[in-house]
This record gives sequence, C-alpha cells and structure tokens, in this order.
Amino acid sequence: MSSRNEIFASARIRIGGGTLLLMLLACLATLPWTTNSNSVLYFDHQDRHASELPPAIAPAWMAFGTDRLGHGLLALCLIGGAISLTVGIAAAAISVFVGVAVGLLAGYRGGWVDGLLMRTVDILYGLPYILLVILLRIALEDPLRDHLFHGLASAANLVVLFMAIGLVSWLEMARVVRGQVLSLRTMPFIEAAHATGAGQMRIFLRHLLPNLVSPITVCATLTIPRAILQESFLSFLGIGVQAPLPTWGSLAAAGLLPALNPIHWRWWLLAFPCILLAVTLLSLNFLGDGLRDLFDPKRETAKL
Amino acid sequence: MIRFIAWRLAQFPLVLAIIYLITFMLAWVAPGSPFDRTERKVPQAVLNQMEEEYHARHWYQFLAYYPVRVLTTGDFGPSMAYLDWSVNDILKAALPVSMAVGFAALGIAITMGSILGVLAAVRRDGVFDYVSLAMALVGISLPGFVAASVLLAVFSDTLGWFPSGGWGTWRQLVLPATALSLLPMAYIARLSRAAMLDTLGSDFVRTARAKGLSRGKVVWKHAFRIAFLPVFSYLGPAAAETLTGSFVVEQVFNLPGLGQHFVNAVINRDQTLILGTVMVYSTFLLTLNLLVDIGYAFIDPRIDVTAGG
Repeated sequence: MSSRNEIFASARIRIGGGTLLLMLLACLATLPWTTNSNSVLYFDHQDRHASELPPAIAPAWMAFGTDRLGHGLLALCLIGGAISLTVGIAAAAISVFVGVAVGLLAGYRGGWVDGLLMRTVDILYGLPYILLVILLRIALEDPLRDHLFHGLASAANLVVLFMAIGLVSWLEMARVVRGQVLSLRTMPFIEAAHATGAGQMRIFLRHLLPNLVSPITVCATLTIPRAILQESFLSFLGIGVQAPLPTWGSLAAAGLLPALNPIHWRWWLLAFPCILLAVTLLSLNFLGDGLRDLFDPKRETAKL
Repeated sequence: MIRFIAWRLAQFPLVLAIIYLITFMLAWVAPGSPFDRTERKVPQAVLNQMEEEYHARHWYQFLAYYPVRVLTTGDFGPSMAYLDWSVNDILKAALPVSMAVGFAALGIAITMGSILGVLAAVRRDGVFDYVSLAMALVGISLPGFVAASVLLAVFSDTLGWFPSGGWGTWRQLVLPATALSLLPMAYIARLSRAAMLDTLGSDFVRTARAKGLSRGKVVWKHAFRIAFLPVFSYLGPAAAETLTGSFVVEQVFNLPGLGQHFVNAVINRDQTLILGTVMVYSTFLLTLNLLVDIGYAFIDPRIDVTAGG
C-alpha cells in the first residue's frame, strides 16, 4: 500500500535521480574526447578566429558558443561538470567515512568520548566553514605539490580542494549518525543481541549499521550540492580550481562580466554554466528530499 | 539557567583559544613561517619590525608570545603585506562596513522572511507561497555571486536606481544588504511557513477564533509567536550564512569590508591579518550563537539547553 506521500517521494526520486544520472553520463562519457588534445571537443582547444561567438548549430563544438580565447563552451561545460561533480562526490565520500566513524563512536561509547567529539563538532560548526576551507586549501597546497605530486600543480590543486571541502562537510553527518545511534542503542533488539552474547563488532556491523544506511544515504546526497556550491564560491574568489581546468562555478564566475555587460551582451557565457549547475543542484536536492520522505514517511519535513 | 549561562561564558575563551590554535597552525606553520620561507618573502622592514616587537625569530616563539601580546595590549601587530598598516587599523576601517551590511541584511531577512512565510501559510498556494518557493529554489540552485551580480546589473546598470558600489551613503547600502539577505530570507520564509501551517491547525488557534478574535489578531498575535521559534533557532546558521555571503557581496559591490581583507590576506599570506580577521569573525559568530541559545531558553523554558547534542 502506498500513501500519497510515498508516491510523491518516489516521483521526486525518479525525476531527481534520472536528471542527475543524465548529467553524470553526459559529463563522464565525453571525458575521452574532452581530455584528448586531438579532438575538436578538447577543452583547451582554441580557435583564435572564433572569439566570443554566440551558440551555433553548424560546428558541433560551438553549440554553446565560444569564450574570449575561442574555447568551445560546450567542451568547457562538459569537463567542468565532471570536475564539479567529482568535487561533490569526493566531499560526500569523505563525509561518509569521517562523519560516520565519529558519529558511531560518539553515540555508541557515550561518556567522555561523546563529550569530546561532540564539543569538537560544535566548535567546528561555530566556525565559519569557509574560513577553514580557504585556510586548509592554502596550507595544504604547497607541501602537497612539492612532496606528493612532484610539482604537478593542477593535480595538487584538485586533490587539496577535494580534501578541504570534504573535511568541513562531515559535521552534519556526525550529528545525524550520533543521534540515530543514541536512539537505536536503547532499543530492545540491541539489548537482545547483547543478551545472546553477540560481540561489539557484530552488534556494530550486523545490527547498528544496517539501520543507519538510510540517514547516511540522505545526508550524503544532500552534501553533494553543498560542496559543489562551496567550490563555485571559492572559484569566484579566485582560490578554487585553477585555470586552465574549469568547473561550472568558475565558468559562471568568468561569465559574469561579459554576460551582464549592457553594451555587449554575451549571455551564453553565463547562461549555460548556470543552467547546468542549477539543474544538477536541484535534482540532487530533489533526490535527497525524496529519499528522506521515503525512508521516514512519518517525518513532515519543511519542503523547499 | 544561570548555571547554563555561566558554563557557556566559561567555554567562550576556551573555544576562542582552540580556534586561534587551528588558525595559527594553518596560516603559519604549514606554508612556512614568515621568518624562514623562501618564496613570497616578507619585506625585510616588516621582519625587522616583527623581531623588534615580538622578540621572536621562529614560529614557536611567536606562537606563545603573540596571543599574550594580543590579550594584554589588544594589538594584533603590524600587517605583513601592507607595510605601513597595523592589523588593528585595517580592522577598524573595515569592520563598520561589514557590520552595517551584515546586520542590515539580517534585519531584512528576518522581517521580510517571516512576513513572507506567514502570508504564504495563511494563503496557501497563493502568490506569496510561490514567491517564497521560487526564492528558495533559486537560493539552493545558484551560487550567491550570480544573484548579487544580476541584482547589480538590473537595479544599478540598467535602471540606475542605486549606485553600483562604493561606500558612504545609505543608498550604497541598499543593494549589497538586499543581495546578502536573499538566501537567509528564503530559508526563514520556508521555515516560518511550515511552522505557521502546523500552528494554524492546532487547538488553541481554533479556540481563539471561536471566542471571536479576528483572523489577523489570531495569526499575528497568537500563532506567530509559536511559529517564530524555528526561525529563532535558525539565527545562528543565518549569521554564518551572512558572513560567508559577505565575501561575495563585498567583492561584487566593491565594498571596503572585512571579507575582502580576509581573502587578500590569505592570498598574500599576511599571517597577522589572517589571525586578526578570523578572531574577529569567530568572536562575532560565537557571541551571536550564545545570545540565540540564551534567548531560546527564555522564549521556551521547556527546552533543556544544557543537554548536549
């Protein structure tokens, strides 16, 4: 029997998930062309004579128009999307590992462990996260580039960005998991498991973790759009992914001036990155909210 | 209650100290201290002055000496990138700008957001409902700099109603404060709408209506008080949101505020200025959070704020 709420939830999951899958496929499946310097879709492929041309149908690489240096915006948007999505997914992955570990430990051990971990989370929560992201990025980049990547600046830049954004996005996850564990811990089935002589590890893996899967999935899904927005924010301030590699955020930031220039109006430079970004973020939020309603139909969420 | 406030006040310096340590480590130790780094050298004049002022040659001497000095004299020392400026001068010039924009934005967000939310709840599926929904959707799907820039292009470049940037008159405050208030306003509108819908369905509202009170009086005097609670608890995150947004807004509208200095300080590796700005920001945010928590305990005495989590 499915209630009205559930039908809504599953519709949102299908729409959100489907759009997201399409985006992912489009950006990732074209990577062999966008990263191949011989292809016309190569992201750094420049045509000096095609500077700032509006979208055209004829040569396919100009479908989204071109920028000032004659790059095809289509290729930039595709590889930019791949990087933006990777930033989001990496942040979600880090938040799953760190946040779940911290939340489990705090909720299950309780006592001073809980106090220490949760006060740490509180403090980090009180800090403006963006200060941390910026500081982490600056602090880690030089040492990483010199020692780990042998001077490969763009690789170090990307990895540091993933880490910095990921390291501030696990707080929410830790709180959610801890709350869930606290309420699960007192339930009869955990007590029963204790009584039958199950070990700590078994209770953890067989009894607690399966009950945590749904809140973790929801939280991770909602972490991705936040991380993507954070990256675009950093790109705008000039400390995000460094050129020539683009992201949707850095493309939108670069498109602001030409697109909002009232005399020479080059709208495509802002419109395409923004549309792709907005569609992706909306579909992720749809998916996350839908999953939450499906897993927890009793909870009336303040739907956006 | 008094115990709770005392406990939170006692935590305050501790939390600030931890934030100081984290910032110090990130800003100073990792990329190489200004005393011994090779690239992006600090001017010799600054180094000499630093040595003279702090009696320190190495970062670990500095780590211990600097906070003592800041605490005893309230002086963050000379900036490491701007030769003739002290961090205090920079903060003093920039803080009023950021505070004016930030508090104006928060004020707009709270008043407009809760009015919008209540109207959206009272007339469900009406105009205000869709306006607040559209704002929230734009807020979660577009980076803040796009919205701010579009506001600038429409109201300044095209319509010419407000100046496009700079600082000094109230007209120059309008656009930045509005741009900064959009995202928290959308959140507050949605929050108060949901809470209002809940409240309007409850028994005491029906009773108030049944005893003959007017609709407006019930909505604004009785229901709104309850519906404001979730908005109140969102004020802490809203302040953080406003702070983050201020970086963007200051950049877009070219305001001489704190956010610009922080970003530049990070790019220039101006360590004393980084510490100064982070400490000012954290103090503000922590104070606001504390006030919200205390206020919350007063508004709704049932809530046990001393419980962790």
